[in-house]
Parts: sequence; C-alpha cells; structure tokens
Amino acid sequence: MSTRQFLFSGFGGQGILFAGKFMAYKGLTEGKNVSWLPSYGPEMRGGTASCSVIIGDSPVGSPIVSKPDILIAMNLPSLDRYEEAVVPGGMIFLDSSLIERKVKRDDVTVYEIPATRLAGENGFPTLANMIIIGKILKELDESQPDAVEAALGKVISAKHADMKDVNRRAISLGASL
Amino acid sequence: MADKVLMKGNEAIAEAAIIAGCRHYFGYPITPQTEIAAYMAKKMPKIGGTFLQAESEIAAINMVYGVASAGRRVMTSSSSPGISLKSEGLSYLAGADLPALVVNVQRGGPGLGGIQPSQSDYFQATRGGGHGDYRMIVLAPSSVQEMAELTVKGFELADKYRMTSMILADGTMGQMMEPVSLDLEVAPAPEKPWATTGTKMKRKHNIINSLFLTPDELERYNFERYDRYKKIEESEALYEEYLTDDAEICIAAFGIASRVSRNAIDEARKIGIKVGMIRPVTLWPFPSAPFKKALKTVKTFISVELSMGQMIEDVRLSTDCKVPVILCNRVGGVIPSPDEVFECIKNAAENGGVE
Repeated sequence: MSTRQFLFSGFGGQGILFAGKFMAYKGLTEGKNVSWLPSYGPEMRGGTASCSVIIGDSPVGSPIVSKPDILIAMNLPSLDRYEEAVVPGGMIFLDSSLIERKVKRDDVTVYEIPATRLAGENGFPTLANMIIIGKILKELDESQPDAVEAALGKVISAKHADMKDVNRRAISLGASL
Repeated sequence: MADKVLMKGNEAIAEAAIIAGCRHYFGYPITPQTEIAAYMAKKMPKIGGTFLQAESEIAAINMVYGVASAGRRVMTSSSSPGISLKSEGLSYLAGADLPALVVNVQRGGPGLGGIQPSQSDYFQATRGGGHGDYRMIVLAPSSVQEMAELTVKGFELADKYRMTSMILADGTMGQMMEPVSLDLEVAPAPEKPWATTGTKMKRKHNIINSLFLTPDELERYNFERYDRYKKIEESEALYEEYLTDDAEICIAAFGIASRVSRNAIDEARKIGIKVGMIRPVTLWPFPSAPFKKALKTVKTFISVELSMGQMIEDVRLSTDCKVPVILCNRVGGVIPSPDEVFECIKNAAENGGVE
C-alpha cells in the first residue's frame, strides 16, 4: 500500500465523521501518515456529512479526497454524488438497507451491506457505520484484532470507554459478512 | 509516532498557545475557527487562565490590548469578517508596540462571504487591515504540526519585537486532523520592563499609548518601528523549498495551496517537467531570497492561491518581474484540485509562461 484515499459520506448522525476518525487513528497507530478532513459547510447543517481520510506511507499532500480509492456511501445522495468520482478499480461500500438502487459503474468492486438493518437487529442501532468499517477492514485484510483494539482505544475517549465493547461487536459483525 | 495525537488544526493552535504560556484568550465565535474558543473555554479555567467570550470581536481585540499592556502572553482568534472588525485594534496594538498573537482561519470573502476555505486576506494580513504604517509578522502553516509550532513561534517573535504576530490559516487547516507532536520547545518569555505591572513604588509608572500629538515624536516612533521591521526582514523570513534545484517552473504557494501543489508537482515530475515549489512560511517578512536565487534556473513562476492574486505581487516584487509570474487560482471557498494545478504547470511548460 502506498496511499489510500477514503471518502465517507452519509446523513449527519450516521457516524460518518467517527468512522473516518477510526480509520485515521488506525493508520496512526500503525505508523502511517494520515489526514482527516470533515465537510463543515452548510450541507453538514442540512443533513449530509462527509469526510476525507488519507492513509499512506509518504507524507500526505492535499487532504481533500476528490477521487476516492474507497467510497463509503451510507445514503442515496452520497452514492449519487460520488459514484462517478471513484477511481477505476476502486471500491464502493454502501448501506443497502438505505440505498435501493444498484451501482452503475462496472469498473469498481461493490460491497452491499445492509448495515442499518443489521445494526438494528443486533441491538446497536447507531453503529451501522462500524459494521461497514468491519467489512472494509476484512476486504483490505486489515481486521487483525490488536490493530482494531489499538484504534478503538484512541478514538473512544476514556469517558466513553463503556462504548468500546459494542463498537468491537459491530466491527466483528461487519468482518464476518 | 507513538507520542503523536490526532488533532484538528484549530485545537492544535489552542493547545500550543497554552504550552507557550498563554493564559488569556478573548474571542467571539465564527466558523471555521470556533474550535479554538471551545478548546480554550474547556482548558483555561482548569489552569488558572482566562477564557472570555466577548460581546464582539472589537471588544475581544481591546481586551487583548489590555493583557498585552500588562506584559502577559495573550491571544485572540477569528475568521475573515471578524478580523476586519479587529483591524482597528490591530493598528492600536502596533501603535503601542504591544506583543500579541492573532489567529485568522480564513474563509471566503469579501463581506460575510462564505464559510469555506480561502486565502484572500493575504493583503489584509501583510499590508495591514488597520490604518497607519505598521506590519505584523504573518505565519502561514501548511500542516497541523505547523499550526502548533508556528503558534509557539508567533508568541516568541511577538515578544522579541514587541508587535503582533498573526497566524494566517484557512478553513481546511483549521478543520483537518493530522498527527501532531506536542513536544514543543518554548523559549521563556523575555523581561518586559515597559509593561504596566505595578511600580511597587520603585520606578516611574509606564504608559501604554498610541496617541502622539507632536509630529516629531510620532515620526520618531515610526522610524524606530521601521528599523525594527528592517531587522525582522533581514533575519526572520522562513520558507521551504521542494524540488527547486533544477526547476524551470517554480510554484509559489502557502498553506493549503502548497499541499495541493505538491501533488501536482509530483505528477508533473513523472512526465519529465522540471517543476518545484517555494513555500513561504512567513508571508511577512516575505522570503524574497529563495525567489531571487531561483531565477538562475526558473523560466516561469506560478502563484497558486485561493485568492484573485495577492501573493503574486510579492513574487513579482521579489523577482523584479524578470520572468513571467502566472496566477493559478480558485476563490470563494473553492480549492483548486491537483489536476487543475497540474494543467497550469503543463501549460507553463508548453507555452513558456504566456497566459
């Protein structure tokens, strides 16, 4: 891996920024160069949230991801907006319980994850984001438990340490798909 | 890497200020820099410092004037429209020779503009938004690490030269998170015998003032101040060079524009274009020397800016307009993509700088 560019996008409240932060922290704990840039514009207040995450071996240039290697689309507007931007050969992870249409591109690998439904059924309705994270880690072959644990330790503050277990469960559920 | 933490640029500025010994912060919220105030609100009460949300930007900058007069490290922060409001106070700080740190996390303008990143306050920062002959030391970070380091430097230079330092960042620098080491070296603040710290009945009282009704006296202060500015120009300019050794095309860019440009340069190098970059870290004093030196190989300069072309004037002044200087820009909160900068480089390579 030289550099990987992630674009996380969805509704405000789906944990888009948190999922991005988890990936950035995971890169950091593994000694990579990382950047995390949220959208902070009016669209954030109107409902859509997105964030750019870059993880690489060399220093990060522009922190803005305009051509993602990996797109995480957690709602339809996000897929509509960013599908074309994904690099050929890239990956799209989408929440198929909220996005009914299929991806039009045939030069990318698509992972449809009914994350919101699974999160509800498993008693952690707010963690669809981390189910998708689990699936991403599995597909990138990065789901080693100690790396996940290290990143969780960083991204969840001591005050909210009781949330670690449920995040861990959501990630393993995603990784089992 | 173990001791690095992920922080937003805004938070890194706030934490670095505390590390630098700043215990007094006055501000008024405005996107995209509000995290600085939020961080200070949380931290200052715990360490015996002052956090005060003023009734306006004008009030905040005058509170800064007060604390600076008392000889303590002090800061305020805002974003473009708020800095315009503070400009009267910036002029007064200059007129009274007071050290302070002011942060501008720029957004698009003019007017209320937008809330997305911009670099269009370059003139305001380097030429002075306030009235009168004065300068500020202007520091332009291009990473979260530099947001922290230049904050410390800003306080040190402000104290050293008794003037305002400004951190000129932008919305992306403020909002992005990157790993940052907060193991920062801080030189102890110098003695400030001029400050209003109480005479203890042992000396004549100090007066902090910017009103001088005798022209000769006011002229003398202006001349003295510009002698100091000259020393700063000679000794404090900072910059970073990237692949300039053999560069025939040289980009000038600071802050976020330099990050985007770096990607474009790497792409252009892959197709054999000899392109490099000079990244000014201080915008005032402007680092003219590397630009003069670059004239040995450079045939065209490209100023990449998030403005309608402001720093480009300093690039032209530094090079006496000996070679073309082209503008590559987006404004209004739009950030040029690496592809756009790459196209600009390619055009310059093919057309020799003819716009």
